[in-house]
Amino acid sequence: MTTFTSPVLSYTLLSPILILLGGALIGVLVEAFVSKALRPVVQLTLSLGTLLLALMQLWQIRGEQSLTAAMGSLVIDGPAVLIQGSILIIAIISIFLIADTEHFTPLAAALPGSDEEREAAQAGNQVTEVYPLTLFAVSGMMIFPIASDLIMLFVALEVLSLPLYLMAGLSRKRRLASQESALKYFLLGSFASAFFLFGAAYLYGFSGSITFSGIRESIIGGSGNDVLLLIGMAFLTIGLLFKVGAVPFHSWSPDVYQGAPTPITAFMAAATKVAAFGAMLRIYYTVFANAEWSWMPVISAIAIVSMILGSLVAISQRDVKRMLAYSSIAHAGFLLSGIIALNKAGLDATIFYLFAYGVATVGGFAVVTLVRDSSGEVTDLNRWKGLGKRSPFAASAFALFLLAFAGIPLTSGFIGKFSIFSAAYENGATAVVITGVLSSAIAAFFYIRVIVLMFFTDAVEDGTAVEVPSILTRATIVISAVITVALGVYPAPLLDFITDLAIFIR
Amino acid sequence: MLLPLAGAAIISALPKNNEKAAKQAALGTTLVVMAVTIAMAVGFQRDNVELQFVEKYAWIPSFGINFALGVDAIALVLILMSVILAPIVVLAGWDEAHGGRWSVKTFYILILVLETMMIGVFAATDLFLFYVIFEAILIPVYFLIGGYGTGERAAAAVKFLLYSLFGGLLMLASIIALYVMSGAQGGHTFDIDKLSQLQMSSTTQNLLFLGFFIAFAIKAPLWPFHTWLPDAAKSATPGTSVLLLGVLDKVGTFGMIRYCLTLFPEASKTFTPLIMILAVISIVYGAFLAIGAKDIKRLIAYTSISHFGFITLGIFAMTSQAQSGAILYMFNHGFSTAALFVVAGWMIARRGSSTIADFGGLQRVTPIMAWSFFIAGLSSLALPGLSSFVSEFLVLVGTFTRYPVHAIIATFGIVLAALYILIPVQKALHGPTTPGNENLKDLNLREKLAIAPVIAIIVVLGFYPSPLLNVINPAAKHVVSQMGFTDPAPTNGGK
Repeated sequence: MTTFTSPVLSYTLLSPILILLGGALIGVLVEAFVSKALRPVVQLTLSLGTLLLALMQLWQIRGEQSLTAAMGSLVIDGPAVLIQGSILIIAIISIFLIADTEHFTPLAAALPGSDEEREAAQAGNQVTEVYPLTLFAVSGMMIFPIASDLIMLFVALEVLSLPLYLMAGLSRKRRLASQESALKYFLLGSFASAFFLFGAAYLYGFSGSITFSGIRESIIGGSGNDVLLLIGMAFLTIGLLFKVGAVPFHSWSPDVYQGAPTPITAFMAAATKVAAFGAMLRIYYTVFANAEWSWMPVISAIAIVSMILGSLVAISQRDVKRMLAYSSIAHAGFLLSGIIALNKAGLDATIFYLFAYGVATVGGFAVVTLVRDSSGEVTDLNRWKGLGKRSPFAASAFALFLLAFAGIPLTSGFIGKFSIFSAAYENGATAVVITGVLSSAIAAFFYIRVIVLMFFTDAVEDGTAVEVPSILTRATIVISAVITVALGVYPAPLLDFITDLAIFIR
Repeated sequence: MLLPLAGAAIISALPKNNEKAAKQAALGTTLVVMAVTIAMAVGFQRDNVELQFVEKYAWIPSFGINFALGVDAIALVLILMSVILAPIVVLAGWDEAHGGRWSVKTFYILILVLETMMIGVFAATDLFLFYVIFEAILIPVYFLIGGYGTGERAAAAVKFLLYSLFGGLLMLASIIALYVMSGAQGGHTFDIDKLSQLQMSSTTQNLLFLGFFIAFAIKAPLWPFHTWLPDAAKSATPGTSVLLLGVLDKVGTFGMIRYCLTLFPEASKTFTPLIMILAVISIVYGAFLAIGAKDIKRLIAYTSISHFGFITLGIFAMTSQAQSGAILYMFNHGFSTAALFVVAGWMIARRGSSTIADFGGLQRVTPIMAWSFFIAGLSSLALPGLSSFVSEFLVLVGTFTRYPVHAIIATFGIVLAALYILIPVQKALHGPTTPGNENLKDLNLREKLAIAPVIAIIVVLGFYPSPLLNVINPAAKHVVSQMGFTDPAPTNGGK
């Protein structure tokens, strides 16, 4: 009879994640036991408090390193803390947006346009479930980049994805489009998960181990069957590339970005990208680093195609959310060049870029939530004409975020682009860097076109109004803008902080 | 350097409806900046070719980036030009900001931000800092053209921005390559002195040189990269055009001296024949376009293309005379163009049209305005006794000693210049008064105050250029000798 040894967990190191999961569970209980009128306030306070507490706890453990925090399934090190911190900060500013329940359907279970839905709306119902869902997604995102075996990685992937599938379908307006996007996201996401799992199985077949260190040793030892390794790597990569929305696994992102409620789009676009790239960094920098010859050309090609396709297709978009979706595809290409760099500078640069881009993305979508007419958000770019005159606040903030996406100096985007490209160049990825610079030029074209629309074109009178931002939305925009400018003008403290911390342990 | 920024902050604090206060604050700030800069310039040691007034603070230490400022003679001369032009622009374009998309206040904030960046771009001694300002400077100009210009202002602003951005990104690629190489050879840095000592293969050098040169050629603008300029100049307000052509385009030629020549001496030599040909084409082509121009602002823009051809010719002729000439030319061109644009702006505002044919007989109706335009025009065609003559002469003589053919063709440019200036002068100023022009008012006191210093500088430097030349010559010599060139034997003029 085998004896059962109880697992040893270092609770301090895991506390940020535990706090989040705890907060999420309490959130579910709140749904059940707190009266309808109080729920929004309670949930908002609870979620914010949980996120802040987790962030504080994360700050406490920032210098720690441990391979055995959860019996070898999770690894805590500098990059982990940085990525988790970015996710938490992005989540906090996204929560402000989510708090504006105007965006969500009153009753998710009701058919679009049915009587039940109307009744729910009249009764003033709100989907406060969205708060615990967000917290669950965040905890999945927190685990994803620190997982150090394949099972944990897969569980984290599902924990972060499932709430997002749900939330994508919660839009109040255009519910059919929203549900379509949720279904699309779910189906394609399931395929990606299946690929991912398939790849994991092959990697296990290759190395006989599900832990990252085991796979790594097999690669170094060169003992296993390379075919299994290649297939495993390829399928695992497909799963990851799907999450970051790189070409050719990008086709879901424009539809989902467009269909999902804008606050969810903001959260998803920013935080998922950070989490997925965090995991990719760990996997490629530690596990697959010694099989560089096999994945480097493929990832380079995907980076190049993503940058070009994202920038080119974005030009022809007429919808602001779709445009931002294609721009995020291009940004996935830029970020992949940080993976290709495969050096310390590349690691630092990618983390910086992720944070800067995530913050600017939330800010950008926050502005999108403000531009509305009587039937909801207006995302048709033609109706954004003359926004600069009607709402200088919203238009200038949006212009700032666009300039940051374009990588104009004195915004965070420029420092990010510069550092990531120089790191990639250092590793000899000249073609990627040149494509990156050229597609930045293409991308600048459509970002600037939007600025022209907002500032230099006369408004059409069609009742498009700019909502007076609520304090929370305003806070999101102001915080994002301040971070974007501060990181552009004086990035030294954060860069130094990242450089000191970002060292993988294996 | 930070003074104008403080001024911008003051203006932004002023109430929105108080336009007069904004204007006065802007004028006051630019005058103070001018006084401070001139006071500093007096302390400049002119025989010292090293950078002076150096200030250096760590900015982004993990990339080896410093906030480093310092000036040599070339930068000093250009900064002087910028700070003198700024108050003139404010004074001359007192009412320019009306009719813009945004408030008058915003206009002056943008102007002052622009002035800060203009000083910064010339004074930066850190390549990264230079690039940041080089790109960031586009934003205020973009809003100045797009928000306060006339006609197709939005389209012109976008065209300007996209051309410049494209060039800038090519430069960025080169900068990244330099940075990475510096990391491989003794530590990441952006210090220009250290970067100039990098070892690199000639292919790399050629490619990187092209990255920088195309960016600067777009900025300058050199044929065939010039097509954005006429549109931008036509659509911008006269004041913005002065800053755009007078100062910002100098960043291009300044960059060629400071960065192309210093960082890539070998590649510069490789490409010199090509660039000389481009320069000559610019001179002649710009002149022909100018002759055919119907619009007075386009005319001035085309003349500038021709003049920038001269400057580029001087820079790449690699003789100290031509180099001094080119630097002096940058300074002088700033003022003659400023005079032309400012006066043209007044003419347009009075007549309500910018077509040359609509003017006529202004000499009789508005003698002072007409004379100002005439003098500015003569300076632009380099009449002896006016400032441009000295610089153009130096460039041509300096070029002739090494490239006689180019110099001779360029000389035709002067002949053409006489045509493109004198024909519009004749049409606009002389002859019978065109109906509708009888009641135009002559310059008022404010306008006289604005134009007088420009004319004075043009005339004084025409007769007595040596104070400036004494400052410029050592620097020009230094540049040429750094490149490994010695002056061909019998040329000692200009000293």
